[in-house]
Amino acid sequence: MAPIIKIEGLEKTYDNGFQALKGVDLDIHEGEVLALLGPNGAGKTTLISIICGLARATGGKVTVGGHDIARDFREARKLIGLVPQEMSIEIFEKVQPNVRHSRGLFGKPRDDAYIEQILKQLTLWDKKDNRIRELSGGMKRRVMIAKALSHEPRILFLDEPTAGVDVELRKEMWEVMSELKKSGVTIILTTHYIEEAEAMADRVGVISQGELLLVEETNTLMKSLGKKELHIELETPTDSVPPALAERGVELGPNGETLVYSYDTAAEHTGITDILSDMRKAGLRLNDISTRQSSLEDIFVDLVREQKRKEEEDAA
Amino acid sequence: MNWRAIAAIYRFEMARTFRSIGQSVISPVVSTSLYFVVFGTAIGSRIQTVEGIEYGAFIVPGLMMLQMLMQSVSNAALGIYFPKFVGTIYETLSAPISVPEIVAGYVGAAATKALMIGLIILGTASFFVDLQIAHPLAMLAFMILTCVTFSLFGFIIGIWADNFEQVNLIPMLVITPLVFLGGAFYSISMLPEAWQTVALFNPVVYLVSGFRWSFFAMSDVPVGISLVAIAVVLVACLAVINLIFRTGWKLRT
Repeated sequence: MAPIIKIEGLEKTYDNGFQALKGVDLDIHEGEVLALLGPNGAGKTTLISIICGLARATGGKVTVGGHDIARDFREARKLIGLVPQEMSIEIFEKVQPNVRHSRGLFGKPRDDAYIEQILKQLTLWDKKDNRIRELSGGMKRRVMIAKALSHEPRILFLDEPTAGVDVELRKEMWEVMSELKKSGVTIILTTHYIEEAEAMADRVGVISQGELLLVEETNTLMKSLGKKELHIELETPTDSVPPALAERGVELGPNGETLVYSYDTAAEHTGITDILSDMRKAGLRLNDISTRQSSLEDIFVDLVREQKRKEEEDAA
Repeated sequence: MNWRAIAAIYRFEMARTFRSIGQSVISPVVSTSLYFVVFGTAIGSRIQTVEGIEYGAFIVPGLMMLQMLMQSVSNAALGIYFPKFVGTIYETLSAPISVPEIVAGYVGAAATKALMIGLIILGTASFFVDLQIAHPLAMLAFMILTCVTFSLFGFIIGIWADNFEQVNLIPMLVITPLVFLGGAFYSISMLPEAWQTVALFNPVVYLVSGFRWSFFAMSDVPVGISLVAIAVVLVACLAVINLIFRTGWKLRT
């Protein structure tokens, strides 16, 4: 199946010379949830802005549903709904007319039944006649989502949908996203909450300094890059790891109170039972055992750190 | 053509106008009444007639022109500056709308409001003076042309402006003096000869003169020249707007 969004060699250099995107290639498939992760200033918002028509690319090509975003901008933009990062909303306007206005902007005929459906889905229906300034922050954000959905887009961009919102609202936003995904909408979200990507995304893309470092299925990524650590708490601290254990890669934890062993869960043989029997042979008694899985956050930090290291090497 | 988008922008902007309909209408009515008291009564008692027209009636086209120019420029400037300021412009820029459509929506709404206020002033004036309009259709055409042209100009100001002071600066610092010096309250034939020549460089002279012709069938400059002058300003504004959107200046990075 052809990707719903195809990005080829996308480049963006701002007037001040800052290169925000350095040749990004990415295919986004219909119906998926793609999370773009990256530190501040990585180029996530620039990427979205170009696809949605807020910024102009200085190189490369993007098609949305097969339509070039520059040449066939009308057809391309009709497919897209955008919820920007900033809370940008006309506060003096009422909820329902404002959402209706958005639909009109995208050239769709008035459809009150559809607007009602969206407002109900986002639990905004009983606020429909309120002025937007009377709503809470979370409600305002919902109005922005309703506006983005008002023209029945097939793709929804959510730029940092949960930045600066409380835990409860974040959970609500996730529910909204799952609902949308179920209805077949392709969702691209940027975030720096790793937890969010882990919970929501089918695939994760990591952007740093204008480059797409990787795009991978969330599960695969967790499996292939995820490591597990076994922490063995000792009854009495030791000052050195017995040679048999050291050979297997066991290291001494802080103050010699624990032994730490990193292993690959995907491997055929983890070596845990061997370590435990070696410990008994070496006369070490244990208090407790725990395991810790590396999160997407660790993976992400590693990736970005590695990129920095490479650049420093190149510079040297 | 995305007609629905034009209609959506137009309705949205008009809704903004009607939300503050009180101040939109009261302020021009009050200021017009003040002008009548000051110019019409105080000065009019000494001037009486200009070129055979009662002074109170003579200043009506100028007064309307003053308010319509101010309103056109500031409505259109604010109309586009405000979404830029609060960030809601993102929606218009990401919608499937072309430049002429965006301009038609915003400028159409700003011009409509200015036109409404022009008519309200005409109504207010009719309480103070006896008015006979020689060419009503020409008058209306002049009003529409003026409102559209200066709304386009205001639209440019709104895109250019980086803060609210700048939005107000041009109407205050440019439009008001040009109108006052452009023969809104006198015939430029009353000026010393040297100043008459200077006045001819003021585009508002042509607007006021042509507009006054539609009322009294007399004018400082031939009405054809007035039309050409408006057309020149109109085309210049359209050219600048086209350039702004082609380059994305101040709108798209």
